[in-house]
Amino acid sequence: MYRLASFIKKEFLHIFRDFRTLIILFGIPAAQIMIFGYVITTDIRDAKIAVVDQAHDEVSRRLIDKFDASEFFRVSQYLNSVGDIEPVLRTGNIKQVVVFEPDFGTKLLRDGEAVLSIITDASEPNTGRLLATYSEALVADFNQSFAQTNAMRIVPTVRMVYNPTLENEFMFVPGLMTLILILICALMTSITITREKEFGTMEVLLVSPLRPIQIIIGKVAPYLVLAFGDVLLILAMANLFFGLPVRGSLSLLLFESVLYIGLSLSLGILISTVSQTMQQAMFISLIGLMLPSILLSGFIFPLENTPLFYRIVSLFMPPRWFIVIIKNIMLKGTGLKFVWKETLVLIAMTTFFIGLSAKKFKMRLE
Amino acid sequence: MNRLKYLLQKEFIQIRRNTFMARAIVAIPIIQMLVLVPAVTFDIRHIDLCVVDQDLSPLSRQLTNKLQGSTFFRLKQATFSLTDAENAMHRGEVDAIVHIPNHFERDLMKSDAAPLQLLIDGINGSLAQTSMAYLSGVIMDFNKKIVLEHIALKPVSPSPQIQPRTRYWFNPELDYKIYMAPGILAILVTAIGFLLSGLNLVREKEMGTSEQMNVTPVGKYEFIIAKMVPFMVIGILDLAFGLVLAMLIYHMPFEGNVVFLFGFVVIYLIAVMGLGLFISTFSNTQQQYLFICFFFMMIFNLMSGIFTPADSMPDWAQHLNLFNPAAYFIRVIRMIVLKGSGFADIGWDVVRLTLLAISTTLFASLKYQKTT
Repeated sequence: MYRLASFIKKEFLHIFRDFRTLIILFGIPAAQIMIFGYVITTDIRDAKIAVVDQAHDEVSRRLIDKFDASEFFRVSQYLNSVGDIEPVLRTGNIKQVVVFEPDFGTKLLRDGEAVLSIITDASEPNTGRLLATYSEALVADFNQSFAQTNAMRIVPTVRMVYNPTLENEFMFVPGLMTLILILICALMTSITITREKEFGTMEVLLVSPLRPIQIIIGKVAPYLVLAFGDVLLILAMANLFFGLPVRGSLSLLLFESVLYIGLSLSLGILISTVSQTMQQAMFISLIGLMLPSILLSGFIFPLENTPLFYRIVSLFMPPRWFIVIIKNIMLKGTGLKFVWKETLVLIAMTTFFIGLSAKKFKMRLE
Repeated sequence: MNRLKYLLQKEFIQIRRNTFMARAIVAIPIIQMLVLVPAVTFDIRHIDLCVVDQDLSPLSRQLTNKLQGSTFFRLKQATFSLTDAENAMHRGEVDAIVHIPNHFERDLMKSDAAPLQLLIDGINGSLAQTSMAYLSGVIMDFNKKIVLEHIALKPVSPSPQIQPRTRYWFNPELDYKIYMAPGILAILVTAIGFLLSGLNLVREKEMGTSEQMNVTPVGKYEFIIAKMVPFMVIGILDLAFGLVLAMLIYHMPFEGNVVFLFGFVVIYLIAVMGLGLFISTFSNTQQQYLFICFFFMMIFNLMSGIFTPADSMPDWAQHLNLFNPAAYFIRVIRMIVLKGSGFADIGWDVVRLTLLAISTTLFASLKYQKTT
């Protein structure tokens, strides 16, 4: 026991001695919280649009003003002809062009109908679609001002549940936690263990009185502690800077985090047993773990929309389950009643990975 | 010159012999194109609805049918209890709840205004806004219909309507795959140029073999060039390979000029390799180098606008992006591939990236010492 303790102490010293390791451990979570909180957003505000007004009448001017007044658009350029549209969209500064047909207002009032062309730069499909949706809603609203009667209508009241002001942080903090924990636990542990292998120091450890299980525990214990520290750091920063609440039980959240840390550590151990060099360990962690946990966890890209095949693959991705758990506890304020299934999946996965790496672990080096 | 040739030969042989690396270089673009590209999508297929109809009147049924008929909504559940519906939302089964209260039809007939409650899961803000826009659209339509059916006993001339005609340029199908494919390839090129090339350099240092190089007549620049050129070649080949794959699998268009794109890639690779070299000068082990690279790659990629539009970022972030090589590359590769933009459109990006490339290589070669 004493041996193990001093081994763990030595590993801690290794970690704290190198500022680069500390950058990964605490710099990345902090930087990411800031970037996601302040920089990354899928919302659109003040998208620059151009106008081709071939009518120059009162109605077209009123509609242009309405576009400009909306929080989504900013009219930044007037084009003379339809031929100018393509060059302007190609520079990428203008995201949408609105074209009024000649005699727009006259046609509207005389024939009761006029055509407004909305041309959207869809090279960024999400932005393109959102802009089109907002434009159509704006026109529909404008049309309403012509309606002769206000009688008989359904008046919807809208409530945004869980996130009344549609803050961005609600989406990214759970994803960020899963990402950071996978990064620290799986990548860093697999690299430190393979490092010993690559440099031949693993042999030294294996002939020492420490038993293999103790070596592994000694290697992963510091990361368990540090990863837990990161969970607290992320929660504290999210709360301090963005006022993100923990609506459910904090202790349940921390318990689930420890469970997930254990899962990630067991993955890290598994990776280290199958890879010979740090390069390999890095590749497997990056390609096999990091990317899927960004892409197939519903972190940035909503899972419901991916093809069925990926939804099936995602069932085998630990982050997918953990994200559901954190979302439920943190944002929806629900308890174990809603996440017991996910919790069981995490426990089952951990057992499986530990079992597999125990089978793969070799006492000797080839 | 002859020396450089042999050094290069040695580097290529070394990469080829490293079976893992050689396989990874071929396999990763394929995996990325086949597996990752279809996974990253913001497409909204449908919004899962739960209708709580407590009125059960002809009108409320009409409204439910109308929602059901829309291609955007999928009526996943219908229940009488709001609590049940809220629990379904807790479990993440539905995205929005339409609550039609008791006396809905009576209120509409009597007081002209009938309340209807929409509860939308707001965690994913942009999905929530889209859901709201679609729901409001359906309700607005429905309102028009009621007015026509119930009031227009005396014929009312329909009110003037502007007909919006929406067209999506450069990507009429709103296909996410052709948008993400160039972006994902850009990450790959960055990883090769930034991560692998520097790692290779630090590896020599860690193994002690760079000491051996230092006592040979090989000059500092020859050594660096020999280390960098193979990865530049690999990066360019992988990009070309990936682009061809994307065009074959996803019918991605290639609107712009191929030579222009690859010229830009060369400048980009010089910029990130210079940066990698610079970082390698203050790393002694591969682990240290990896960690620092990781930190920068993460920030570069996230800020570059690969997943989310860079234009929506705050001004200070857009200013910071002037120093972010990945931001230039992501923007330019998409513009050339999808929109066919030429030098006239992105000339400034080329100039700025060139300046960045010159300064990183300059710093790196000043800092790099042959002696330890």
